[in-house]
Amino acid sequence: MTKLPVLILGARSDIGKALAHNFAALGHPVQLAARKASSLEADKTDMELRHRVSVSLHEFDALATNSHEAFVAELPELPQIAVCAVGLMGEQAENERDVAAAARVMRSNYEGPASILALLANRFEERGSGTIVGISSVAGDRGRATNYVYGSAKAGFTAFLSGLRNRLAKRGVHVVTVVPGFVATQMTKGMDLPAKLTAEPNEVADAIARAVERKKDAIYVRPIWRLIMLIIRNIPERIFKGMSI
Amino acid sequence: MKLAGWGRYPVLEARKLAPRSVEALRQLVVSEPSLIARGNGRAYGDSAINSSATIQMRHLNRMIAFDPASGQLVAEAGVLLGDIIAAFLPRGWFPMVTPGTKFVTLGGAIAADVHGKNHHLDGSFRCCVDWIDVMGPDGETRRCSLEDDAPLFDHTLGGMGLTGIILRAGIRLSKVETAWIRQTTIATPNLKAAMNAFEAAQDATYSVAWIDCLGTGGNLGRSLVMLGEHAIRADLSPRQAQAPFAIKPKRKLSVPIDFPAFALNSFTVRAFNALYYWAGARKTDTQLVDWDSYFYPLDAILGWNRIYGRKGFAQFQCALPLEQSEPGLTALLSEIANTGSGSFLAVLKRFGKQDSAFSFPMEGYTLALDFPVTPKTLALLDRLDQITIAHGGRFYLAKDSRMTSATLRASDTRAAEFQAHRDGQGFTSRFRSAQSERLAL
Ligand SMILES: Cc1cc2nc3c(=O)[nH]c(=O)nc-3n(C[C@H](O)[C@H](O)[C@H](O)COP(=O)(O)OP(=O)(O)OC[C@H]3O[C@@H](n4cnc5c(N)ncnc54)[C@H](O)[C@@H]3O)c2cc1C
Ligand SMILES: NC(=O)c1ccc[n+]([C@@H]2O[C@H](COP(=O)([O-])OP(=O)(O)OC[C@H]3O[C@@H](n4cnc5c(N)ncnc54)[C@H](OP(=O)(O)O)[C@@H]3O)[C@@H](O)[C@H]2O)c1
Repeated sequence: MTKLPVLILGARSDIGKALAHNFAALGHPVQLAARKASSLEADKTDMELRHRVSVSLHEFDALATNSHEAFVAELPELPQIAVCAVGLMGEQAENERDVAAAARVMRSNYEGPASILALLANRFEERGSGTIVGISSVAGDRGRATNYVYGSAKAGFTAFLSGLRNRLAKRGVHVVTVVPGFVATQMTKGMDLPAKLTAEPNEVADAIARAVERKKDAIYVRPIWRLIMLIIRNIPERIFKGMSI
Repeated sequence: MKLAGWGRYPVLEARKLAPRSVEALRQLVVSEPSLIARGNGRAYGDSAINSSATIQMRHLNRMIAFDPASGQLVAEAGVLLGDIIAAFLPRGWFPMVTPGTKFVTLGGAIAADVHGKNHHLDGSFRCCVDWIDVMGPDGETRRCSLEDDAPLFDHTLGGMGLTGIILRAGIRLSKVETAWIRQTTIATPNLKAAMNAFEAAQDATYSVAWIDCLGTGGNLGRSLVMLGEHAIRADLSPRQAQAPFAIKPKRKLSVPIDFPAFALNSFTVRAFNALYYWAGARKTDTQLVDWDSYFYPLDAILGWNRIYGRKGFAQFQCALPLEQSEPGLTALLSEIANTGSGSFLAVLKRFGKQDSAFSFPMEGYTLALDFPVTPKTLALLDRLDQITIAHGGRFYLAKDSRMTSATLRASDTRAAEFQAHRDGQGFTSRFRSAQSERLAL
């Protein structure tokens, strides 16, 4: 049986790339969408050689929302699974002072991803099948002083995904919210992350592929994060506001 | 951060960098005062550590081209052998030479010029390498092969990263009909019998032996000699033959905590004894074994190096010339048995001819065994070094974590030429590892 394609939005991300390999190994053709998509030529060759599936490259900018309709229309085939790995952390200190920088973080983590996934969701709904995967973040579970601009956008994205899931549940379209916890990627390069809480990109990819197969709604990649965030969410605001975590 | 090799000894503080492109790598090569490449950290000691700049090659891990006519694969240095097998065994191809773990990178296999169970017939990894792209101290990449820039080729294979950074290589894979190995096990009561079994099996594709180091006197060198051939389709059961490359995925066990070495040793010794009597009762016994269990039995236990506990372990591996092998091995095994500490199981293998600038193998026999690091075993290792040198043998740098530069030079006259080559090419000040500094290479 020939498998339908998987679309990876933000394909240059470490998590996105690992995921592309994962689905390609299962026999899915892969559509890699990114800014400067041509820089992914070597990865395309690598994936085609290893997994014997076809891989196509597509120019995509999450911030250029008015290009999203055309982007979807020009895909060679409507994917079965669409994953959004787009994200931008920015510098919290800069986000506090610079309105434009903050807006870029907000738009990159919420507006852009929500815009493209909304269009794909509608096409999936028409077809009556498909899976949408959004990569959000524990930062969206509660705003903290150290990264609340990024976190607030992820919170919006998480709410968007849950609403989308609710809307499409009876229409044959499944939506997965992924909360990875810390991951050792370009985004976190140079940060001093606790080893026990930090996943490798391929661990995240395995967890996502499993969640898609088992039709999970929302996953924390390392289960310990579910507990950590349960505690963090339940600290009374009066106490929380004085903490530095 | 703290870095160590597979033996977790020594543990050194080092700065680790993981470039994502050849250009980013080039910037490091031309700007860092000294550096060393690191593959997947499966060398036992300190060969892939430079305290000021250890260059992790994991991001440069793409396959570039495959030619089914010649079996040539072109890939970046960070590709794992296991990835090559995963991609190409289902198409009927297998690495021509493989070490005892599939978790090594192509760069690491070239830099150590690794050997497999077929060394007596096919030679070391070198025999499957068509060419290598190496980045030199000037940041320029040179393609070398037997025809072009042969000195660079020759010194890079077995050069332990000390001739530059291997970027990519063209290697040839072998055609296989199935994913199975026909394994024959021969129980031999002592060293002489084990060596006779190796000599009688010179035509076997694969051969290796386990030695029970507890054997003394007439039992010294009591062994299980294991021979292997790639199975053809006709060897498989009708069910296996329907999908000749499929094997059941194995459950991975992992070792979550450090635990004392005796646990491993008593386990392996019991396994050895069980197999020994079982194979002995049948005289010679042939069975079908899947590729993963045959070549990589230890890979099924992730993180098994933790079995040796927090202090880590050292591996001793020497090669002895053919005419000195029997007395040399007898002396080594007697010394180990007398000390009564350390490794209870050793691996013995017949090496074939080897002709290269600095690679480890030589025609004769190689013996490898693990020891937990304690003052007592470190002293034993020094005595084993002396016995090896007295018998004209040398040591495997991929396993070494502790020998002195005097020991290296006493065991390997090629070290001086290797060092001179490095000096002449301007490699010495740039490409340095904790090992090369210890060995004054
Ligand atoms: C369980 C086990 C079984 C083994 N069995 C065998 C065996 O049967 N036969 C055998 O020969 N060996 C064996 N080995 C040793 C292993 O094959 C070698 O140490 C190999 O070099 C490890 O590869 P790596 O990618 O992990 O390299 P590392 O351990 O990271 O590095 C090893 C050396 O290669 C150099 N290097 C790595 N990548 C590059 C690069 N891109 N450019 C330049 N230099 C580079 C490093 O500088 C270092 O000197 C075994 C090891 C283990 C743990
Ligand atoms: N690493 C973590 O600890 C962690 C934790 C929780 C969640 N996440 C989330 O996981 C996802 C993947 O991130 P990662 O860790 O793999 O980091 P990453 O490598 O930095 O990936 C982020 C990707 O988003 C892309 N991107 C940013 N803005 C874009 C835009 N306007 N249009 C198109 N692509 C854009 C980037 O593309 P360019 O290459 O073009 O810049 C980059 O490839 C992100 O959503 C991130 O927020 C990560």
